[in-house]
Amino acid sequence: MLAALPRFSQQVNRVLTWVVVALFLIWIVGNILSAPEQFISVLLLGISLGAIYALVALGYTLVYGIIELINFAHGDVFMLGTMVTITVANGWLGLDGSQAWYVTTPLVLVTLLAAMAFCGGLNVAVERVAYRPLRNAPKLAPLITAIGMSFLLQNVGAAIWGFNERPLTATGDSIFPADTLFSIGGVPYRAKSLIVVLITIPVLLALVYLVRNTKPGKAMRAVAQDMDASRMMGIDVDRTIAFTFALGGALAGAAGLLFVMFQTSTRFDLGFQLGLYAFTAAVLGGIGNLTGAALGALLIGLIQAFNEGLSWHTPGSDWTESIIFAILILVLVFRPQGLLGEATADRA
Amino acid sequence: MSTNGTPLLELEDVHTYYGTIEAIKGISLQVREGEVVTLIGANGAGKSTTLRSIQGINRPKRGRILFNGKDIVGHPPHEIVRLGISQSPEGRRLFPRMTVLENLEMGAFQRRDRSGVHQDVERVFGLFPRLAERRSQKAGTLSGGEQQMCAMGRALMARPKLLLLDEPSMGLAPVLVERIFEIVTEINSQGTTILLVEQNALMALDVATRGYVLETGVVALTDDATALRSNERVRKAYLGLT
Ligand SMILES: Nc1ncnc2c1ncn2[C@@H]1O[C@H](COP(=O)(O)OP(=O)(O)OP(=O)(O)O)[C@@H](O)[C@H]1O
Ligand SMILES: [Mg+2]
Repeated sequence: MLAALPRFSQQVNRVLTWVVVALFLIWIVGNILSAPEQFISVLLLGISLGAIYALVALGYTLVYGIIELINFAHGDVFMLGTMVTITVANGWLGLDGSQAWYVTTPLVLVTLLAAMAFCGGLNVAVERVAYRPLRNAPKLAPLITAIGMSFLLQNVGAAIWGFNERPLTATGDSIFPADTLFSIGGVPYRAKSLIVVLITIPVLLALVYLVRNTKPGKAMRAVAQDMDASRMMGIDVDRTIAFTFALGGALAGAAGLLFVMFQTSTRFDLGFQLGLYAFTAAVLGGIGNLTGAALGALLIGLIQAFNEGLSWHTPGSDWTESIIFAILILVLVFRPQGLLGEATADRA
Repeated sequence: MSTNGTPLLELEDVHTYYGTIEAIKGISLQVREGEVVTLIGANGAGKSTTLRSIQGINRPKRGRILFNGKDIVGHPPHEIVRLGISQSPEGRRLFPRMTVLENLEMGAFQRRDRSGVHQDVERVFGLFPRLAERRSQKAGTLSGGEQQMCAMGRALMARPKLLLLDEPSMGLAPVLVERIFEIVTEINSQGTTILLVEQNALMALDVATRGYVLETGVVALTDDATALRSNERVRKAYLGLT
């Protein structure tokens, strides 16, 4: 009887999982049938959102993969990335969407580099002052510090950029061209949505290449697998961890730029909500797994877009946060290793 | 290999702690160039801690560790590897999700000479033909013996002047144990000085030039290997002979 119990609960798990998946599919199919064009336009929107979440989710997963820390301050680093983007692109470079593309493109790239460098540097500094001194302390200590760091960065954001919503430009326009590329059922697909995806994909590919094939990437994988053995191989563990934070921060900076170009505004507390979404994406994909984080982010982006854009039996945007929280909890309870995570899977 | 007498490594009154526990309590020892020196002792005597202190993984609270006459206490491990000390740690500690070849390449992390690294991979495969067959296999799926070979090969990839081996025979079948000790001799004859930690005192004293007996964090006894083998106390406590 006792021996049968775990198997029984496993079966309950499996049945529950299938019920949830089946309900989800019915809902999707119902929406496709009731409004196919609306579905496609929402799908495209979800892909752009997912791309941005992927860049943030990777920062969680990279850091978790190497030091098993959930860096709660990561969402706030991203938020500061959106703020820095506004200051550099709009404030310093004077971009407001009215310039020609050959002026905008190089200056946006300059801003991108600035945001990536800023967030990368900031993340390294956070690691240096807040996490490294606690490297050998019990796991709870750096976790609490990370939460504290999150509040600190939020307050820094509020102190410099204020408590109100910050628009990207005075007119509320994006700096990315808002031209309509095509329309589906009256809903326009705008150039900025495509640009978000077009910038994200090469960044993701570069990251995978870096982790798989370069020396710092191999050092990251080694440190993730065995820190002391890495030291014995002559790897500078501190530097490798700092490099990981730099990388995660740079990705958050890129995400910050894309987000604010896409949504055209930001706020000091954005990092909490978006960080939560991205963290959920990382857990959903299997924390520590790069491909998983990107996939999880795509799913979260789609779910958010579906929930906020579809109309057949859809809870609506008031429920987005609850739904994503529910996904986080369900994954943690029923599949803590995530969709792609397996105990033995190669995380890179 | 003949020894020329210069001390390559010298520990002077080294004390290392884990928190408040003093694991080694004033160890002094010497390894001369070309030697195989063995460190034997019961569980918990402080053998691994001694190797970890030399490598810079644990920082001694007191004492000096001279490598080529230079005090290396406080140097980070990656610098110590660059100076010429590498180790095959207790429990092998391979990177389980990397292949055999990748593990070997990690051993050469500090080196910049690609062609030399490539040559050394071939040299390791020459020493351990089994590894050559399994070069693309994930290290985590190797057998215990293969893992041990991979760990030793990985340590050699740094082209160390001093090789630290922590219980290379642990958990291996008797034939393989003999083979491992043959390889220790072979590596030494190719010019690498070796500090060998062993539970298998009989075998260790066979391949070593000199030995140190550690007891609860201090050196209880030191002598030539042959003398230790016939020492009454060593025979009783470590060789299981009377
Ligand atoms: N990480 C640690 N934290 C606390 N104490 C430790 C730690 N590692 C080792 N010790 C203690 O230090 C002492 C020496 O340990 P060490 O591992 O150096 O022994 P050893 O001679 O290598 O033993 P063995 O033959 O079992 O490998 C032991 O008393 C051990 O309990
Ligand atoms: Mg030991």
